[in-house]
Amino acid sequence: MDIFGSFALLLGLGAAVYAFGGGIAGIVTRRPLLTKTARNAGIAVFGLVTLAVATIEFAFFTDDFSLAYVAEHSNRALPLYYKFSALWAGQEGSLLFWTWLLSIYAFFALFLNRKKHPELMPYVGVTLAGVQIFFLTLNNFVVSPFKVLGGMDAAGAMHVARLSDGSGLNPLLQYYEMVIHPPILYLGYTGFTVPFAFAMAALLGRYPGEKWIHLTRRWTMVAWGFQSVGILLGAHWAYAVLGWGGYWAWDPVENAALLPWITGTAFLHSVMMQEKRGMMKVWNVWLVFVTFMLCILGTSLTRTGIVSSVHAFAESSIGGWFFTFLGIILLVCLAAWFKNRDYLRSDNQLDSLVSRESSFLFNNLILLAACFAVLWGTLFPVISEAVTGAKISVGPPFFNKVNVPIALFLLLLTGVGPLLAWRKTSLDTLKRNFLWPAVAGVIAGLVAAVLGLGDFYPLVCLILSVFVTLTISAEFYRGARVIAGRDGTNLLSAIGELTMRNTRRYGGYVVHFAIVLIFIGITGSAFNRDVQKEMNVGDTLSIGPYTILCQNLDEPSTSNYTSQRATLEVFYKGKSQMLLYPEHRVYTASQVPETEVAIESTAVRDLYVVYAGASPETGKPVIHAYLNPLVKWIWFGGIVLILGTVLAMLPNRSAALVLRPASEKAWGESVSPQTAPATGPILRREGHD
Amino acid sequence: MKAQKKFLVGSAIIVATLLGLAYVGYTQSKTYYHTISELATLPGPEQHQRMRVSGNVKNGSIVHREGRIDFVLEEQGKALSVSYVGSDPLPDTFKDGAQALVEGRLQPDGAFTAEQVQAKCASKYEASPTGAPIQQSQPGQSMNPSSASSGKS
Repeated sequence: MDIFGSFALLLGLGAAVYAFGGGIAGIVTRRPLLTKTARNAGIAVFGLVTLAVATIEFAFFTDDFSLAYVAEHSNRALPLYYKFSALWAGQEGSLLFWTWLLSIYAFFALFLNRKKHPELMPYVGVTLAGVQIFFLTLNNFVVSPFKVLGGMDAAGAMHVARLSDGSGLNPLLQYYEMVIHPPILYLGYTGFTVPFAFAMAALLGRYPGEKWIHLTRRWTMVAWGFQSVGILLGAHWAYAVLGWGGYWAWDPVENAALLPWITGTAFLHSVMMQEKRGMMKVWNVWLVFVTFMLCILGTSLTRTGIVSSVHAFAESSIGGWFFTFLGIILLVCLAAWFKNRDYLRSDNQLDSLVSRESSFLFNNLILLAACFAVLWGTLFPVISEAVTGAKISVGPPFFNKVNVPIALFLLLLTGVGPLLAWRKTSLDTLKRNFLWPAVAGVIAGLVAAVLGLGDFYPLVCLILSVFVTLTISAEFYRGARVIAGRDGTNLLSAIGELTMRNTRRYGGYVVHFAIVLIFIGITGSAFNRDVQKEMNVGDTLSIGPYTILCQNLDEPSTSNYTSQRATLEVFYKGKSQMLLYPEHRVYTASQVPETEVAIESTAVRDLYVVYAGASPETGKPVIHAYLNPLVKWIWFGGIVLILGTVLAMLPNRSAALVLRPASEKAWGESVSPQTAPATGPILRREGHD
Repeated sequence: MKAQKKFLVGSAIIVATLLGLAYVGYTQSKTYYHTISELATLPGPEQHQRMRVSGNVKNGSIVHREGRIDFVLEEQGKALSVSYVGSDPLPDTFKDGAQALVEGRLQPDGAFTAEQVQAKCASKYEASPTGAPIQQSQPGQSMNPSSASSGKS
């Protein structure tokens, strides 16, 4: 089996090399046949890598413990879905998985455009193949997942060993979100390769106009959506499984995922400047270059552990490969830009400080500042060691000090930006759009201040959240009222109609609203409380409106793990509400401990209870209870974010093709048969708009 | 041109503010990494900085006392006595032989007072029954280490 898989991987590398070399030769010699074979080789990479992935999955499902990777990350008793997800439980499999997802994206990018954009696609194919060559080289020669267990005997002959059982999957990864979180985050990381390839292609091929931006908009949104959801799922997993009461710690691995998300967000916004006004061309090209480089950097930070203090125990050999690759990308980007910099001349200049353009500029400025701060803070141990010789790390206070004001300023722009006019906004427009939301926000802030929620940042966040929510709602209301008035429909279906007519704009608003929800949830952490107490049966603990009574302590151990568990009765304002069962397990096979957190989650607050272990002094069990307000808003915001992103990717429903009452004949007759197909009211256009 | 100038001024103000905040955050949270052998050779002022030290927990050295937990970290033959004074129970991964990272300050007597302890099992999955060295990856590299701390993260 291992030979079959290795061979598929090797052929995959060969196909990628051909797609790269043949693609370049095709561009230089202008031979269509050569270009076509190179493209087909690029498509074939997908099939070959898929075979390799299928091979290793087959080994997992058939418990083939002669493969080192399978033996390390699986065992016979492992449930099937975890055997499936064990593919990305370790270094070798994760990198193969990366390559595979990239090959899926490349497949779709090449296949869907096989008959389109003949001047652009050869360059796209070459760029994609270049990236694939790097990862396939790693998969084949550096961290192959197809290594077999075995060794050389005294006579020098190789022996393959087959273990009777594997060492099992890390219990921390045995959680349903761990089946979906890594693929989704990886789909984000790999997805940014496609816009990168298109940007590189447009620059190298001097492709006229802003068309590459139209072509890549949905690709960027797909990658951005996956990255967002991947980050949120990771935060939720940390919250629900690790049992430390929080979801974000500015850990290097978290930061690594955040960095391309930040620049990707900046890119999604600043391309509008180029589409509508022909500005910021150099900036956009570099934003997408940087986003891609941050994806590679993020992957290398996650995979090599060069920064994180604790992870640094497991230093791996592939860091050098990644940094060489990053250096090559940077050089290629610089060269491509320098050679074609005249192609990127701006058509327009900034007209007014109060305009859509300037709101985008500020948006980009502070997103980049946030990115730089996070990058700097993450790499600071490395930088400081290189410069001064002393390894210095910075902690959450550094990240929070810089990023909280940035986040709040962004929140303000979320509400203000989309409603500013291009070029210049008049005072009247400002007043009409923003006066009442601003007044309402300030009133909400004053009420909260009087009620004693007096911290500065939470108050600002409250004011801005109210303000942004109201400006967004007003936008929906104004547009929907016009449609409802004209068509005689009710306001709710008019809102649906409005959204479907301009999915990009209103989907964007929905995403903005999701950001408001997430910010509200994060702000809740300013009011977190926690209590830790030794508890025996009959003891109580009070936190906020809750009183917790210890009903029982037992040890529901199984053959798989030994466990200690508390049965806690929770009283809310004196009334018995529910039982919680925080538990503490140690897995027998691996001796890995795991916390089973008991969470009672409501829209207002989470009661988060951890069986923290035995007290060092008395041996009595220690219960750690956290009261985390508003956490649920973050996860809910994530769902709204998915909805908004999907909405923004849908094609617009053509305004001329609205379902109307049959009585309005005059309107129906004026529409030509070509634009009003009899099959349905929704006209779906091919390709990207 | 005027609008561009205004934008540049606005940007400069924002960037300057952020730089100031970054500096404050940096001074509040900067932590030095040192190896145990480096500790003895540190110049005076640097001994009082907040720092992180890593090492392996010496077998049998963990002693629970009133209000603190004492243990000894070893690295390359050097040892460091540590007192953990945080309020959180120590992570389960913290046991004899575990790799641990402590954060806190060095005391004048040469012992270390830790407010945070992170620990990781030394050899979770490093079983190589055939004797052949297996290229190890750390499963769960992408996760937070188990940790205990006195403050909030």
